Amino acid sequence: MPTYKLSINNKKYSVDVDEDTPLLWVLRDHLDLVGTKYGCGIGQCGACTVHFNGTAVRSCLLAVSVIGNSKITTIEGLSANGDHPVQKAWLEHDVPQCGYCQCGQIMNAAALLKTNPNPSDEDINVAMNGNICRCGTYIRIKQAIKTASKL
Amino acid sequence: MTKIKTQYNRRSFLKVSVAAGGGMLIGFSWLTGSASVVNSQQVSVPNEWFDINGYIKIANTGMVTIYSPNPEIGQNVRTSMPMIVAEELDVDWKNVVVEQAPLNTGFYQNQFAGGSLSIRLSWNALRMAGATGRRMLLEAAAKEWQLPVSNLSVSNGIIKDKNSNKIITYGEIATKAVGIEIPKEIELKEPKDFKLISTSVKNVDGLKIVTGKPLFGLDFKRDGMQFAMIQHPPAFGMKVKDFNEEEIKGMPGVKDAFIIDISIPEPGAFDEKGFLQLIVIVGESTWQLMKAKKAIKANWEVVSALESSKTHVEQLEEALERGKVQQERKDGNPDAAFKNAAKVIERTYSAPFIAHNTMEPMNFFANVTENEAELIGPIQTPKALEESVAKLLDMPVEKVTVNMTRMGGGFGRRLYVHFGLEAAAISKKIGSPVKLIYTREDDMSQGTYKPAYSSIYKAGLDENNNLIAFSVRGTGLPESPVFPNRFPAGTVENYSAEKIEGKTNITTGAWRAPSSNFTAGAEQSFIDEVAELAGKDPIDFRLELFDRAIKNPVGEKNDYDAERYSGVLKLVKEKSNWGETKPGVYRGVAAYFCHSTYVAEVIDLVMENGEPKVKKVWCAVDCGIVVNIDAAKNMIQGGVIDGIGHAMYSQLTFTEGATNEMNFDRYKLIRHSQAPEDIEVFFVKSEIAPTGLGEPGLPPAVGAIANALYKATDVRYYHQPFMFYKPIVG
Repeated sequence: MPTYKLSINNKKYSVDVDEDTPLLWVLRDHLDLVGTKYGCGIGQCGACTVHFNGTAVRSCLLAVSVIGNSKITTIEGLSANGDHPVQKAWLEHDVPQCGYCQCGQIMNAAALLKTNPNPSDEDINVAMNGNICRCGTYIRIKQAIKTASKL
Repeated sequence: MTKIKTQYNRRSFLKVSVAAGGGMLIGFSWLTGSASVVNSQQVSVPNEWFDINGYIKIANTGMVTIYSPNPEIGQNVRTSMPMIVAEELDVDWKNVVVEQAPLNTGFYQNQFAGGSLSIRLSWNALRMAGATGRRMLLEAAAKEWQLPVSNLSVSNGIIKDKNSNKIITYGEIATKAVGIEIPKEIELKEPKDFKLISTSVKNVDGLKIVTGKPLFGLDFKRDGMQFAMIQHPPAFGMKVKDFNEEEIKGMPGVKDAFIIDISIPEPGAFDEKGFLQLIVIVGESTWQLMKAKKAIKANWEVVSALESSKTHVEQLEEALERGKVQQERKDGNPDAAFKNAAKVIERTYSAPFIAHNTMEPMNFFANVTENEAELIGPIQTPKALEESVAKLLDMPVEKVTVNMTRMGGGFGRRLYVHFGLEAAAISKKIGSPVKLIYTREDDMSQGTYKPAYSSIYKAGLDENNNLIAFSVRGTGLPESPVFPNRFPAGTVENYSAEKIEGKTNITTGAWRAPSSNFTAGAEQSFIDEVAELAGKDPIDFRLELFDRAIKNPVGEKNDYDAERYSGVLKLVKEKSNWGETKPGVYRGVAAYFCHSTYVAEVIDLVMENGEPKVKKVWCAVDCGIVVNIDAAKNMIQGGVIDGIGHAMYSQLTFTEGATNEMNFDRYKLIRHSQAPEDIEVFFVKSEIAPTGLGEPGLPPAVGAIANALYKATDVRYYHQPFMFYKPIVG
């Protein structure tokens, strides 16, 4: 099995896995970074969203072999103490119900705010449409993104 | 004050003990994620804990651990249950830490998540636990000071002598409280004195959720643990014969491959009825197992019918026309009344099978040794799992332990325990701890789905447009969705409710608000159409009917309280400013009673680029006392979105016994852009003990969206999912 050197949350990791292993399973099975969730495996639900050089991507579709020196950020590395504006806003609006999809929602929202600091409702809908919340916390997510944009 | 008898049995008396170090008591504390972090404040780590009564542990520092007994599926009981204990114990919420209790049938009651019953069934037990603790701490302080208990008062965990203003904290006196006998009778607070209940308290796991800490079954890991995946037959009606075992065993990362059988003697309501024999592959990483799973080549045999959606529709139609009818209720003479009616209207409604699709797919950890079985994972019915695993392994139930993780959604799916049994069977076979993981495709194609339903509603009006006759005949695959004693039973002189059972080998079960999730939509869109035929406003028409049920109800077995039912309608009418019209905005209303709770909803809908878009929803809810206001609103908002989403977009269809939808590319769930822009929730102020919240928000949303869609499109929507249904106009 080939060895891959990865830069995740500003830390260096080395893993021996098959070259087609999706980043999602490297994070979950090999690095114990389980905040990134498995939901569908085909890029349809957004639960596995991470940042790839700052851009939101679906880690279930990202093979470990193509990462190279790119910087990966997962929910565990979004902030030191859970105090990223998006996380703070999520707590303020008490968004989660079951909570399973929320890390993916937060990662996607954080990437959105980086490129668009004051998104409109339409911008949020377009950016977030790939993230399913089965509990239906969509309204609170939208409110939290707007709150985060002011923090 | 209300006095109640305490109900502690002998086992709970044994639990009153000094527990040093904290860890001793909680052998099940397997994850750092098990305890909550309240208000993200770091509380100093106590050096001694005192177990008060199995629900409560108090540290010498004043920190209080409250055990939440029930499974957490997102209904937020891990916050609301401890709130009830903390209220009666009278402690500062800032000092409370919450831990998940293990399954302990000898001590806790009703440890399950289903039927919107967690709070309703445990309200008294939780209050009793808190009040008992408070009383024992007061008695300990009284003894210490040589004073009568009546001289003492308590607030926020600080006991005070009313005469001298001398104080002592719970933390300081806890060690002495351990020696106090559990009182036989205790006093509960009056609802007017509640300080914590009916406020808004943030989710105790909020910080852990937003920082991605391990909380869910899928996150659980133990050293030496193997991963396992299953392959079930490709269609309902098929069974595995054999597979390319040797080839699979030779694949990279695969340690073993075999077939398991999870049949048990006398299976219960929560046991699997579909796929009892499964191909299993065991290995060290999820990805390698996923690849090996794709390489499985198996021989399957057909053991029963391979059903398709087309035949399901025909079966439902056939059942309604010619099925064996069970008369569930009959008032007056419906046949004669329909004959004499000036106007008669009859409509047929249907809904397809749908999957639960919890975002966290089914999974479970099991560690089975010769004499014991340990199970850890997401389960709504831990007791049922424990009993079934004991049967499967032929082991005394005492040797099986079940611990609950937070669940990435339930919606009824995790009432069914087969994935826990599968994990146990695999662990037994390989002789090591294992975690079974379903892929999304496994999860969607081996479900315990919401049944498919169809009902015919019929109403008769007299020449003054009064409702004089009403009938409903409902069938389903496999069960009928009819509730004979719910509205409009009790409001109509001549009434009939009939059930017809159906047959299918597709596995079905409880799906959020079982049967109500269909019946509310059908009945409330029908009532809307009847009101229109009568030339009456849809809310006024309903209120007239409830007036009848208040003043002079028909029959004696009506499930609902007509005053509370009309109460939520009146409240939503006022809050939504019903009657107001805005150009391009279309309104629908519905009300429903289920899980002992009353909910009325008004939906405002607009058409954007030919697509319906919900602008706003108003909800009026009567669920008795609301424990946690903002969290309760979240629950209702989620129910409304779930109801709209499934009614509009979701369906599971079958071809030759196999689901056509296997993942979220084909199975449509409501997404951000389709969700309502705003949902306002109003609770009726009440001192009645709390009733259900997890389910009742959903059913009326189906009716309200159907009625708003009608206003927007001039077409009635009878068949779910509404956006796939192409009505024939004219």
